[in-house]
Amino acid sequence: MARNVTTSRKSINTIAAGALGFLMFFPVLWIVILSFKTEGNAIKAPLEILLNTGWTTESYGAVQARSNYFKHFSNSLIISLGSTFLGMLIAIPAAWSMAFVPAKRTKNVLMWMLSTKMLPPVGVLIPIYLIFRDLGILDTRTGLVIVLMLINLPIIVWMLYTYFREIPGEILEAARMDGASLREEVIHVLVPMAIPGMASTVLLNVILAWNEAFWTLNLTAAKAAPLTAFIASYSSPEGLFYAKLSAASVMAIAPILIMGWFSQKQLVRGLTFGAVK
Amino acid sequence: MATKASRSAARLMISPAVVLLLGWMLVPLSLTIYFSFLRYNLITPGANPFAGWDNYYWFLTDPSFKAAMANTLLLVGGVLLITVVGGILFALLLDQPMWGQGIIRIMAIAPFFVMPTVSGLVWKNMFMNPVNGIFGHIAQGLGLQPLDFFSQIPLLSIILIVSWQWLPFATLILLTALQSLDQEQLEASEMDGAGSFSRFLFIMLPHMARAITVVILIQTIFLLSIFAEILVTTNGGPGVSTTNLTYLIYVSSLLQFDVGMGSAGGVIAIILANIVAIFLMRMIGKNLDA
Amino acid sequence: MGHIQLKGVEKCFGDVMVIPPLDLEIEDGEFVVFVGPSGCGKSTLLRLIAGLEDVTEGTVEIDGHDATELPPAKRGLAMVFQSYALYPHMSVRRNIAFPMKMARIPQEEQERRISEAARVLNLTDYLDRRPGQLSGGQRQRVAIGRAIVREPAAFLFDEPLSNLDAALRVGMRLEISELHKRLATTMIYVTHDQVEAMTMADKIVVLQAGVIEQVGSPLELYRAPQNLFVAGFIGSPKMNFVDGTEAAKHNAHTIGIRPEHIDVSAESGEWTGIVGVSEHLGSDTYFRVSVDGFAEPLTVRAGGEVDLHYGDTIHLTPNLDQLHRFDAAATRLA
Repeated sequence: MARNVTTSRKSINTIAAGALGFLMFFPVLWIVILSFKTEGNAIKAPLEILLNTGWTTESYGAVQARSNYFKHFSNSLIISLGSTFLGMLIAIPAAWSMAFVPAKRTKNVLMWMLSTKMLPPVGVLIPIYLIFRDLGILDTRTGLVIVLMLINLPIIVWMLYTYFREIPGEILEAARMDGASLREEVIHVLVPMAIPGMASTVLLNVILAWNEAFWTLNLTAAKAAPLTAFIASYSSPEGLFYAKLSAASVMAIAPILIMGWFSQKQLVRGLTFGAVK
Repeated sequence: MATKASRSAARLMISPAVVLLLGWMLVPLSLTIYFSFLRYNLITPGANPFAGWDNYYWFLTDPSFKAAMANTLLLVGGVLLITVVGGILFALLLDQPMWGQGIIRIMAIAPFFVMPTVSGLVWKNMFMNPVNGIFGHIAQGLGLQPLDFFSQIPLLSIILIVSWQWLPFATLILLTALQSLDQEQLEASEMDGAGSFSRFLFIMLPHMARAITVVILIQTIFLLSIFAEILVTTNGGPGVSTTNLTYLIYVSSLLQFDVGMGSAGGVIAIILANIVAIFLMRMIGKNLDA
Repeated sequence: MGHIQLKGVEKCFGDVMVIPPLDLEIEDGEFVVFVGPSGCGKSTLLRLIAGLEDVTEGTVEIDGHDATELPPAKRGLAMVFQSYALYPHMSVRRNIAFPMKMARIPQEEQERRISEAARVLNLTDYLDRRPGQLSGGQRQRVAIGRAIVREPAAFLFDEPLSNLDAALRVGMRLEISELHKRLATTMIYVTHDQVEAMTMADKIVVLQAGVIEQVGSPLELYRAPQNLFVAGFIGSPKMNFVDGTEAAKHNAHTIGIRPEHIDVSAESGEWTGIVGVSEHLGSDTYFRVSVDGFAEPLTVRAGGEVDLHYGDTIHLTPNLDQLHRFDAAATRLA
């Protein structure tokens, strides 16, 4: 049972942890603030920015004007949702098989799938680049959807597998006894029961795909560039750009930050492959 | 435990995933190995003669390879040190009773969700820029000479940025491990007369050992492939002082178009990652049995 | 209709044979209980009948048709699982409706059967709840309801009462028996609890290590167990077994005598022993009695009010009509 903790002790903890948490969060907070300043004000001393400058939303408009921001935003959206959706479609049957009809090899197959995730992307950069060039899918959203689907597939399969395993096999057998075909069993029983797990799988993989910054940078130019690549274009800027960079960044990370906060718990499970519970 | 019918259905349902991943692994991998033995440059078209071990020889004896290896190790080691030690301390702190723990946790986790290009650029410009960055402003306010991070301590700067991104990951996992510690164990040790430091040393730390290993292994896999943060901040420079193995291979293959050399580097990177991966897979596999 | 026949059915998991070839016939309308210790293959046998496992060899016939290759959905059987296996995301109503939905039964007919089942099983007030909001006994009834509405050829029960507490178990036992009387449908019931077997079955199948040890009505098994295993498994408390010279007197390797078939006397009897621990149940009292020359103490039943104490010397006389004799191969001697 909970112990009695003195109020002063609790206050010290709160202050210490709060300060650390705030420090970690500060860069994010800071770009939110800068994104509402004018370019001239954004480079002033921090105290002056906080105390003596007005607020404006002009940077958000400027970002769109500089380069078609919403095109990149929709690229990110399509690529991360598309790759996750495709991955789920392939992973659900695979995870069903491994969780409910385990064979001797199942564990090895699962481990092998995970091992493909350990392959350093740079090790296969050249062949993928050349294959994509020859297929004409360099700098296309299709190409990125395929690559991101493949690199996240092991994680999707793994996460679904661990969620499916928590569903008692007897319930699926009951459905079979009740006259359900395999398809009906999956649609009416497995999927509805696994919805929370599937939702967090989708969430985590959308996050991973959204933030992926190796393939998205190397396989795109102007056309299919998602936000990771678009933001990278600020590394060689012209003129003052702090406020615009902040505005672009805020829009790029806000949706993912919100999703991420919802998926804290699943994050541990998904990224440690169940090694930490 | 199932019927023949369900077993064959299972095989059918697992095959798309297996075939795709097998293709994804085998095709590029064998091409990389194949290219690594060719003299193959995209700028000079024509025949790509067999080059034997030449690419490996040139890649390994190139002084920038040595520098890249050193940078890779420093980058991985530095980030691991900061995130693991910091993560343990942060997790211990967050495990204490306090108000608003949820909000504090959310703030602390935020950096992990910031895309690498954003964190690279934000730290480079808004914080580490000697003139307009916050650190510069603070130094000026204190009457000190502002530090030019990316020319004076380029690699350390990148280590700091990456650590900021990964500290939440380590904290979150270690906190999860810590919270799974049986309270009765702690109470028993307290009854046995253990002070808070011995409780940490003899109960909590061993309990977290597994999670710490997992954090180290997983982060190593990801940290070996750090790319975007370097691309948007230093481009590997000044000189090669922030070029890691991944970036070096990127430079030789996509900037110098030397497919053979880049592939040789790729093979080396794969071998390096596999050494870590073997240990990681072993741990995951053990857990799968349990 | 629900006539089930197993012919030479055999099951191996890999190289391990869990059920050596066996034959078994279950008559239409019969209540058959598979009983045996855990790991004896009784659940596997049930799952073979259900079609949730393939038989390795042999055939399963349902109503005269070979069903060996039929998937579970096509066998017309309903099953109640140990964990109840209710669909947690569906209301009670939808749980019960599920098999009918799969069978494409018209909506009105579904409604009719659901309300009928709910009435019989006292679930009318709970139809719109989720399984998670129900007690163990109610969940059990939902599982049964889901089985009833299919109007199956036979019901299969896999240890359905083992997750309930003792009091509920007795109640559900009666309800299931009553259901069987009313529906007169074949029921196959798996349990490790011989009391459930004795109280509910028309026919008990005693299994050990995948082998059928004996098939018979509860009283047949009680009166004439075919071997030591059945003798020891059926009846509570367990039958006493005596080896050696005492058994040789009756021309047997082992003799068995149930606690209720031993007369107790303060003055004289065939055996003399010292009273050990006793268990007073009110109606009866069970004593452990250490008899001179016997390796194991005997369990003896006496009346509820008997005045015997730890350390008393008493005399015992077995009821010779009720004495069971077994040979060295553990088989019953006529």
